Amino acid sequence: MKPIKQIIIAMSLVIFLAGTVAYAQSAEEKGLDIAKKANKADEGFLSSEVDLKMILRNKQGQQSERFLQNKTFELIEDGDKSMIIFNSPKDVEGTATLTFTHKDGPDDQWLYLPAIKRVKRISSSNKSGPFMGSEFAYEDLSSDEVEKYTYKFLEKTTVGSESALAVEQYPVDPKSGYKKRIAYYNDTKGYRLEKIEFFDRKGSPLKTLTYSGYKQYLDKHWRADKFLMVNHQTGKETELFFENYTFKTGLAEADFSQNALIRAGR
Amino acid sequence: MILTVFISIKAGLAQDKITPDFQLELQIENRHFLKEGLYPGQERNFFSLSARPELEWEWDDGDKGIKVSLFGRWDQHDDRRTHFDIRELYYQQVNGNLEFSVGLKKIFWGVTESVHLVDIINQTDQVESFDGEQKLGQPMAHMSYLSSFGTFDFFYLPYARKRQFPSSEGRLRFPVAVERDDLVIDSRNEEWRPSGAFKWSHYVGLLDVGVSYFHGVGREPLFLDLQSEAPGLFYPIIHQAGLELQATTGPVLWKVESIYRHADVQDFTALVAGFEYTFGNVKSSGIDIGLIGEYLYDERDELAISSFANDIFTGVRLAFNDVQSTEFLAGAIFDLEESTKVYSVETSRRIGSSWKAEVEARIFEEVAQEEFLYFFREDSFIRFSVSKFF
Repeated sequence: MKPIKQIIIAMSLVIFLAGTVAYAQSAEEKGLDIAKKANKADEGFLSSEVDLKMILRNKQGQQSERFLQNKTFELIEDGDKSMIIFNSPKDVEGTATLTFTHKDGPDDQWLYLPAIKRVKRISSSNKSGPFMGSEFAYEDLSSDEVEKYTYKFLEKTTVGSESALAVEQYPVDPKSGYKKRIAYYNDTKGYRLEKIEFFDRKGSPLKTLTYSGYKQYLDKHWRADKFLMVNHQTGKETELFFENYTFKTGLAEADFSQNALIRAGR
Repeated sequence: MILTVFISIKAGLAQDKITPDFQLELQIENRHFLKEGLYPGQERNFFSLSARPELEWEWDDGDKGIKVSLFGRWDQHDDRRTHFDIRELYYQQVNGNLEFSVGLKKIFWGVTESVHLVDIINQTDQVESFDGEQKLGQPMAHMSYLSSFGTFDFFYLPYARKRQFPSSEGRLRFPVAVERDDLVIDSRNEEWRPSGAFKWSHYVGLLDVGVSYFHGVGREPLFLDLQSEAPGLFYPIIHQAGLELQATTGPVLWKVESIYRHADVQDFTALVAGFEYTFGNVKSSGIDIGLIGEYLYDERDELAISSFANDIFTGVRLAFNDVQSTEFLAGAIFDLEESTKVYSVETSRRIGSSWKAEVEARIFEEVAQEEFLYFFREDSFIRFSVSKFF
């Protein structure tokens, strides 16, 4: 380690300690701090690809399946770029979306319709609607940028056998379908999410998302194998399984263009 | 060039990294016309079957690939609608920002919903779709270059394809059942008269823009007198400049498409401009309601294969976002000068996991004698289809 780096670390430690001693961090500051740490802990994957399987289940237990593919390109200054490609149901095979997430303002989004080979710029303001008839809303599946919420730390607790920090999150975008979310960050395992509770615009409990089957990739990035979203108001649930995770896959920014979107749905 | 493509394919096939993908759609369809035909020999009810197989090979992480997409239909009465086409058959290669394809391909240009003015690369499959969204495969060499100033597309189109028209038993035809080969291309090379096209498209923030230029064989035939025994239809050599604009502001999409087309016998501009407003997830029901309004202007008078000279299109789109992906689109085109009205409904719903049902209706009301649509004034129809996907 270079001496200059040591000095910087020492200085920041001093400032940090002085800060904690000088004044107690407010709940809002602590909440934001946790979200930033979680974001920082996952930085550096560059790009990732994963196969998804979605199982939709209604109250009567009737099932319906969807297969998707997701590609993500990490950006630090602005939000990530991502592509979702639909493989099933067969009648929508080849349909694909391209999203440029922004830290401020609305995301840019394009939809590819393979039957008529049309790329359509679509509005990203409709984020609260269901994704493919599932219990996941579009906003639940978009890249979690720190700037998209304001925060309030609640308590240190546990989820199952895991230690967790409960943080209230208030969406900045008024178009969000939620008044708030309570996210449970695991402070002992890279601030990975263990659970999120969603509250509708009136503040009533709406859904719970539980993460399970966590694996650590490249000694750094925690990814769950399974998301379970339960809607308490309708009794419906959606399971989302992740398979074949790969990181630093050599994807370039050109792989997230409209041409690439057409090729993905070819 | 062909040799390098061939070597590349061979090298790809030699590796076991090739991922083949097969899709197939089989469909049964019934089109029912609400009234008897105007012209002798026309039938009222048409049962038909169609198949759409697709095959795709990819290798080198998807940087190289071959796509084949075929279409065939058998129609109970209309032996011109009984047809087969190679929609796509091309090799594609990607090198970073450069994409190169050669073969039969389909390219869509445009942003609006009611008409597709700018869209010109492919010939319309006239017997297949009333709205012109089904196209014939177009032979081409296509190069696309991605830069920080937008995307540049270059097309070399060595061969022009003519439209197929319904047979005398068919509907949505002229008084004389026009044969495809009765129409000539205004060039001594006929179909082998090459065409070329260029497009620049870019996106900055909420704005998407496209500027295009096409020179070669016009895709729309011109007619001199359709009432006569010799209608004198031909495909002119044209120059066409096109503009596409879309601004995406919150729930509203603002759209403009415009063309200027020049031929020896014709010179005109056409424009369509409008908006699409989406009320997303209405009352947390999951349902999206979209309202569409577009104004259509076309300078052409009697030479137009289009009836939308000064018209308004209004439409409602419902997306239920349910497990069965239920969708519904209803629209109406009103002529601002004449009495003509065209109503349309398109709706679809998945059944189980691999079936899909569709209903389409087109209703023509009070079609004015001055309009091109006057030939089809008795041809209001309802189409019902069920597809199975493999």
